[in-house]
Amino acid sequence: MSLAKRIIPCLDVDNGRVVKGVKFVDIRDAGDPVEIARRYDREGADEITFLDITATHHDRDTIVHVVEQVAGEVFIPLTVGGGIRTLDDIRRMLNAGADKVGINSAAVSNPEFVREAAERFGSQCIVVAIDAKKVSQPGEDNRWEIFTHGGRKATGIDAVEWAKKMVAYGAGEILLTSMDRDGTREGFDLLLTRAISEAVPVPVIASGGVGNLDHLAEGVIEGKADAVLAASIFHFAEYSIQQAKEHMASRGIEVRLT
Amino acid sequence: MSSVAVIDYGMGNLHSIAKALQHAAPQVDVRIVSDADAILHADRVVFPGVGAIRDCMQALNQSGLSEVIKSVAETKPLLGICLGMQALLTDSEENGNTQCLNIFSGHVVHFREPLEDSVGNRLKIPHMGWNQVHFAPHPLWDGIAQDSRFYFVHSYYACPDETSVVAATTDYPDPFACALARNNVFAVQFHPEKSQAAGLQLLKNFLHWNGQV
Repeated sequence: MSLAKRIIPCLDVDNGRVVKGVKFVDIRDAGDPVEIARRYDREGADEITFLDITATHHDRDTIVHVVEQVAGEVFIPLTVGGGIRTLDDIRRMLNAGADKVGINSAAVSNPEFVREAAERFGSQCIVVAIDAKKVSQPGEDNRWEIFTHGGRKATGIDAVEWAKKMVAYGAGEILLTSMDRDGTREGFDLLLTRAISEAVPVPVIASGGVGNLDHLAEGVIEGKADAVLAASIFHFAEYSIQQAKEHMASRGIEVRLT
Repeated sequence: MSSVAVIDYGMGNLHSIAKALQHAAPQVDVRIVSDADAILHADRVVFPGVGAIRDCMQALNQSGLSEVIKSVAETKPLLGICLGMQALLTDSEENGNTQCLNIFSGHVVHFREPLEDSVGNRLKIPHMGWNQVHFAPHPLWDGIAQDSRFYFVHSYYACPDETSVVAATTDYPDPFACALARNNVFAVQFHPEKSQAAGLQLLKNFLHWNGQV
């Protein structure tokens, strides 16, 4: 008996529709978020993450309605990220039925925000999302830096040090995305995942690059991730969550089979 | 129509638990309440909670709800969830030894670091995710398969003085009490409202429970 490794499907939501881009461009429509969340719940998803990529502030109410609807019928943990900048944003998402919020750019521009959020709402609902890119040259020791604005803006901050700092500030979990791999379907950056997972005491969710079921298993076995997140392989029904879990179980990983 | 009161004392989000209770038993009148009378008049009471124990106990003591919960624990079906379970013990080592409600005699302690599984992998804290629940017979487990998985997120756990009140255990990596039961009181460390079918079944069982074992 032990704790299961989690599979978390991620829904990138733009103005009320699920989309998935390749390296944050070339966005494809994948459907209605409530419908898709229901399907993932039936297939045995361990949690669901919504990433709101709606550009305009005015249209952000859409994600609140999506979360409200999903929370009324899907009884597994729900995380919402994207555009979380104030304590009020967090309260709004939690009241809509989210269990956790993902904080990304706002943590970089003001780390104290993470501390305030954890003190107010508890570390259990504060996920710090880190977008990292490899900056070391071939032959050098591996080094990754964090990037913001969908991977376009360098910050010069070391990813491993940043993860440790965010945990010290109260992050209850780290959602780690490799910007080199996101949307490529080449698999997680396993060295990055492992470096972060071994550096922090809290759970780490690996994200970015999943193209097949072996990639999910590798994230856990080699990347030492506590959970794996993927989007497109599930949206377009290439694989079901159930198939993903059966595959991970066949590789000796403890999963929750329903 | 039977009624269930979800105690609102300002600690965390109660929408999830209220929605799950309503879903588990649509005919039940589910109310999120903070005043003593409404709690004392309900047929059943759910005591949820997330966050830090010191804030939780302060809120309960200042509002007078501590006494209300103690009274409920003597009279009608009570379900403590997560921090609402830990608050039922004598004290917690979180926030430097916080006195709790002492409905179950015992202590709440932090997982001892570093934790490792049997093959030497580091176990993360908080204990977060779906873990197996090994239970002893009780009406609240009706219709739930032995060793079903429930969703947990916590860094502290209950150590009751008497093993007779342990209703279930979970391994992380050593077994700890993830559910306590005595007479009309039942308490769980995991979140039934986030544990899909097994969790909804437990909530449904609670909403039909007469408090007898």
